[in-house]
Amino acid sequence: MPLSGAEIIIKSLQEEGVEAIFGYPGGQILPFYDALYSSSLKHYLVRHEQGAAHAADGYARATGKPGVCVATSGPGATNLVTGIATAYMDSIPIIALTGQVPCELLGKDSFQEADITGITLPITKHNFLVNDVKDLARMIKEAFHIATTGRPGPVLIDIPKDVQVNKTKFRYPENVSLKGYKPTFEGNKGQISLAAKMIGQAKKPVIYAGGGVISSGASKELFRLAELTLSPVTTTLMGIGAFPETHPLSLGMLGMHGTRAANYAVSQSDLLIAVGARFDDRVTGKIAEFASHAKIIHIDIDPAEIGKNVRIDIPIVGDIKKVLAILNSKMEQHLAGDWQHKIAEWKEKHPLFYESNGSLKPQFIVEQIHDITKGKAIIVTEVGQNQMWAAQYYKYTKPRTFLSSGGLGTMGYGLPAAIGAKVGCPDSVVIDIAGDGSIQMNIQELATAVHYNIPVIVAILNNNFLGMVRQWQELFFDRRYSHTEITGPDFVKLAEAYGAVGMRVEKAKDVKPALKKAIEAKRPVLIDFTVEREENVFPMVPPGGAIHKMLGG
Amino acid sequence: MRHILAVLVENNPGVLTRVAGLFSRRGYNIDSLTVGRTESLNISRMTIVVEGDDLVLEQVTKQLHKLIDVIKINDITSEQYVDRELVLIKVGADPVIRGEILQIVDIFRARIVDIGRRTLIIECTGDEGKINAVIESLKPFGIKELVRTGKVAMLRGQKFTSISETKEDE
Repeated sequence: MPLSGAEIIIKSLQEEGVEAIFGYPGGQILPFYDALYSSSLKHYLVRHEQGAAHAADGYARATGKPGVCVATSGPGATNLVTGIATAYMDSIPIIALTGQVPCELLGKDSFQEADITGITLPITKHNFLVNDVKDLARMIKEAFHIATTGRPGPVLIDIPKDVQVNKTKFRYPENVSLKGYKPTFEGNKGQISLAAKMIGQAKKPVIYAGGGVISSGASKELFRLAELTLSPVTTTLMGIGAFPETHPLSLGMLGMHGTRAANYAVSQSDLLIAVGARFDDRVTGKIAEFASHAKIIHIDIDPAEIGKNVRIDIPIVGDIKKVLAILNSKMEQHLAGDWQHKIAEWKEKHPLFYESNGSLKPQFIVEQIHDITKGKAIIVTEVGQNQMWAAQYYKYTKPRTFLSSGGLGTMGYGLPAAIGAKVGCPDSVVIDIAGDGSIQMNIQELATAVHYNIPVIVAILNNNFLGMVRQWQELFFDRRYSHTEITGPDFVKLAEAYGAVGMRVEKAKDVKPALKKAIEAKRPVLIDFTVEREENVFPMVPPGGAIHKMLGG
Repeated sequence: MRHILAVLVENNPGVLTRVAGLFSRRGYNIDSLTVGRTESLNISRMTIVVEGDDLVLEQVTKQLHKLIDVIKINDITSEQYVDRELVLIKVGADPVIRGEILQIVDIFRARIVDIGRRTLIIECTGDEGKINAVIESLKPFGIKELVRTGKVAMLRGQKFTSISETKEDE
């Protein structure tokens, strides 16, 4: 029996094992929503399409499965754009389905027409405009394949209304055949042997692990490599959780707001083992002085990342999990020496710290969140100071427990991503560590959380400032706080108006009880923490500086 | 240094935009880009002339490879190859000077493809140097209009840029 395009989309999503989708209906996606009405697919109606894209992203980061978001043509599709770009920069597999005007109206500036495949060209791994219902199932299959294999990323499928209505026989393809897409999974054996030899000879190795370790599911292999070689491990923001931060070999995060131990170790190392990381400017600082004494081994699935920003001595293109497994098999157990003592000394001498002066400190709140959740929550962040403190003061031990917009730095990411994460991992406590600026960018998603009773916790570190920008103004613009003082609503009343639980905390002693109450509430909760207004994130590498020359902390 | 890339792509809508967009957003300089069909129905071939050092070329090639529609890339610069451009030149040609123009056309083994009352259209193919030379020679007569294709290029002899299984040259 022939199926309509809309039914084919539903069936194809089910074939892909999709359980939850996030979306918002509209004119040109109506046939799909009609088919959805009688299907078992769980749909979450967001309050803004950007929320749908971030929720799909949060779902994908928390579960490792691709997230799916849906929007109508024109403004619905363009509202997805920031979310798609966020996923693209952090290599997160999401599938965006958009309605489009019927084929015969394409290119005529029709009502709610936008060239979304054109618009998303530079921010998707690939995209499709479906012209014929006969191509639909194949393109969906290809989209999932492209999004989830190799270096993952978002894929958009633009589906004109008539394609959703037209009928054809449905057969979901078993395989894909893409001549131009064949990721390299197996690392070159010779290169891996060379790397093993180089690691064996290194006196001061450091492992620099990025988000690729998490997307490859290679934490165990990384752990083994670190323990075999006794190499200290620093992670990027995206790599947080790839290696337990409670481990003696953990250096924490590196880069602009990294730990002194991490930045010193990288700067003095004689061998940097970069694993699934891309030498971002926030990590390297002044590139000429980055790891300037070190040989560099770079393991990544994306050949284009190799040699993009720094010269590499041994490149290995392949799936990290596979490459590390082979590499580990070639390693012998190393013994601790001067380097390991030096690392321990740096960690001892330069811990992250903040001054306690009686006022409510944002770092203290993050520590309390860690305590009360025993480090087992999924922490989602917004962007800015809240994000850095959440990265610094919570000790992550498992992959997929720290979700943050690293590459694009998207304010407003946290709440919708937290909703997506909670949908994907209902048994985990999910906390969005937010700022009072960022939270206002997608606060409407509180309605989504309340509507479906998705019990996420929003912890606002409220300083009535766009804190990170203010910090830069303080340090580099002579304290001229141009347009960074920001007011918000009464967040407690706002939360209550949405039907969530609202709390305000102004004193340190009230932090833990409030968090406890929030976790026990089993409802969406917003806690407005009134924190020290001009607290700064330290240590800090001034922009363009060498990473071992840090301010503060 | 200038490099000539022979790129096989899926003949999908938007593939030219994908390639051109990649070059512009990553700041690579295209000298010329030509695209057309090949011996296979679904495959088009681009010849891209790009300016840059080895590091830039490595990035260009890798980034191009990331495009799903790009099937194969050959940097043929350091190989033996044949390359050609085509130019159409409309020159002012009063009857009194036509003889002189015809001589030049002859020397370059070009052709006259249209004769107007006061103009001629000259067609010439050849490598870039020859095309430049013919343009220079015709300038004194007054070039009214000129259009030239970008470069197309092909490896000599038994080397191939194609995806047919048996003859693949990696």
